[in-house]
Amino acid sequence: MEFGLSHEQQMVVDTVRSFVENELYPLEDEVERSGQVPRALGREIQDKVGELGFYAPNIPEEFGGGGLDSLTFTLLERELGRASMALSVFWGRPSNILCAGDAGQRERYLLPCVRGEKIDALAMSEPDAGSDIRAMKTFARRDGSDYVINGTKHFISHADVADFIITFVATGEEETPSGPKKRLTCFLIDRDTPGFDIRPGYNSVSHRGYHNNILIFDDCRVPASQLLGEEGSGFDLANTWLAATRLTVAATCTGRARRCFDLCVDWAANRRQFGQPIGRFQGISFKLADMITGIDAADWLTLAAAWRLDQELDANRQIAEAKLYASEMLARVTDEAIQIFGGMGLMDDLPIERFWRDARVERIWDGASEIQRHIIARDLLRPLGA
Amino acid sequence: MKILIPIKRVIDFNVRIRVKKDGSGVETANVKMSMNPFCEIAVEEAVRIKEAGKAEEIIAVAIGGRQCQDILRTALAMGADRAILIETDVEVQPLAIAKLLKATIEKESPGLAILGKQAIDGDNNQTGQMLSALLGWSQAAFASNIEFTDTGLEVTREVDGGLETIAIKLPAVVTTDLRLNEPRYVKLPNIMKARKKPLDVMTPQELGVDVAPSIDVLDIAEPPARAAGVKVADVNELVDKLRNEAKVI
Ligand SMILES: Cc1cc2nc3c(=O)[nH]c(=O)nc-3n(C[C@H](O)[C@H](O)[C@H](O)COP(=O)(O)OP(=O)(O)OC[C@H]3O[C@@H](n4cnc5c(N)ncnc54)[C@H](O)[C@@H]3O)c2cc1C
Repeated sequence: MEFGLSHEQQMVVDTVRSFVENELYPLEDEVERSGQVPRALGREIQDKVGELGFYAPNIPEEFGGGGLDSLTFTLLERELGRASMALSVFWGRPSNILCAGDAGQRERYLLPCVRGEKIDALAMSEPDAGSDIRAMKTFARRDGSDYVINGTKHFISHADVADFIITFVATGEEETPSGPKKRLTCFLIDRDTPGFDIRPGYNSVSHRGYHNNILIFDDCRVPASQLLGEEGSGFDLANTWLAATRLTVAATCTGRARRCFDLCVDWAANRRQFGQPIGRFQGISFKLADMITGIDAADWLTLAAAWRLDQELDANRQIAEAKLYASEMLARVTDEAIQIFGGMGLMDDLPIERFWRDARVERIWDGASEIQRHIIARDLLRPLGA
Repeated sequence: MKILIPIKRVIDFNVRIRVKKDGSGVETANVKMSMNPFCEIAVEEAVRIKEAGKAEEIIAVAIGGRQCQDILRTALAMGADRAILIETDVEVQPLAIAKLLKATIEKESPGLAILGKQAIDGDNNQTGQMLSALLGWSQAAFASNIEFTDTGLEVTREVDGGLETIAIKLPAVVTTDLRLNEPRYVKLPNIMKARKKPLDVMTPQELGVDVAPSIDVLDIAEPPARAAGVKVADVNELVDKLRNEAKVI
């Protein structure tokens, strides 16, 4: 067992942390106020990160990325998680799934993403297909050498700033032990494809400035060269490449919880009532004890799951545990933070209310808590035939 | 020309320092340690000089326990070419540090040594000056600007009265002030490259230097808590108080 970070990992952590503190924190209030990040500002962040050689750190070096292993990348995500997502989205981390493309697709999509020339988004969810992704209705019909896509996606994060969308659609149906399910296929859809429209989504209480969008496919015709992987391989592709993105949710939750916690400790030590720092009251100090215990536990769960990925061990259950625990921990920590700050905790003069709002979505996206529990339980019981 | 940059590992500048209960020192258990900020400025300056083509090699030197490798790796990631750790568990004081550096300089023959003006732990502000005296090299402490000239360096120094610009010959010892430059973020590819750069370890004995402390620390105490301030009604009252109560003007 080795619990320490290598010098390189520590330097990655220190560099990301100081970048986030110096370059992103100062922009956050304006993002909260306006609900927007001007594209030029996003470009500026991309350029700064690019100059640091930290753009696309998750993509292998052979494609020009940073080539970080899962553990080091998870540490990076943890530190990035401290900052507003509307800003940190411009620290490009293209979806790993783009590595599954053929040579032409890598040339047209992966490499421009790595160079910061293109931004990707990823679309699965639909109004009638959330947790039950294989119930999706958006359908691609083969027509000669093309596909024609019809349907609607919603909740698609940062599609407004994306140049293309990695889109999962149904191309048929198959019998499974749990009844008929859609066969999924993955397409790369350029934003200006005729018949394809990216519209503003809903106003979310979490992550102001980080927009979700609605995608409309209306007889959208794409050539077969836009198909990622094979027809019908979408579900396997997603399982192979996207499990790790759930781990980034765990990591960002842990980083944000620690940022919030540090403010709480400071407040508890300095805010005085009844002639003493409120941290002297056990009612407050025990909260701090529980909060840091949860944060450390989430941190270790997350890093251990990342370590398993690097060792090429099964990590599905461990990733689900980390995502489940870290997102629920963040909810508790940010809620208690408001309690510790009292009324000021609810005011937008301080970032505490924002951490609390932002925390709420973490238990829902990338697989709701119930789905993570389901994954964990199935991992335990399936081998026993139950 | 080679540049030597001695760097020190200190408690991170963000950490609130706490004095140990028994007065024997400050609390370092579970405390984040980093490169002394003035040393970071020294590394940055050396890298800029090398980038400008005025130096060929940068050697970072740290003195202390094995843990000092972390700041040496940071210096390598910032752009130093190789590193030397002079490993010792003794708390080495400025004169002994200066002697160790002198011995290292005699082996490496750099044309310039750039040090932080002081380390933020002891705030001694002595090592650079002692080193230049031991070597008989020119000295420019508290640099806020360094220019190369035909005959050596032109260094702007931050002194009490303002700025002073002096011309010195090489080889020289320069110590950095806060405004000399703004250290860069380390770049990811350089972090990875730093792993492959050489880091040699030696001991004070190998350099023939006795590092036994010559100063005994008797007690370390918190500074007195700051008294509350007073509000003055106008400038006249302020001047009056400064002159007659504080007696500073
Ligand atoms: C802000 C935001 C951004 C998003 N970004 C993206 C994106 O970029 N791309 C994308 O594809 N999707 C995105 N999503 C969608 C997200 O992944 C879904 O919201 C999530 O999968 C849950 O689906 P749902 O909201 O439709 O809830 P539902 O699936 O309708 O679930 C409602 C409730 O029922 C529970 N439930 C469902 N099935 C079960 C079960 N079998 N057992 C027990 N409980 C169950 C759920 O856990 C939940 O509590 C985003 C969502 C949000 C809110």
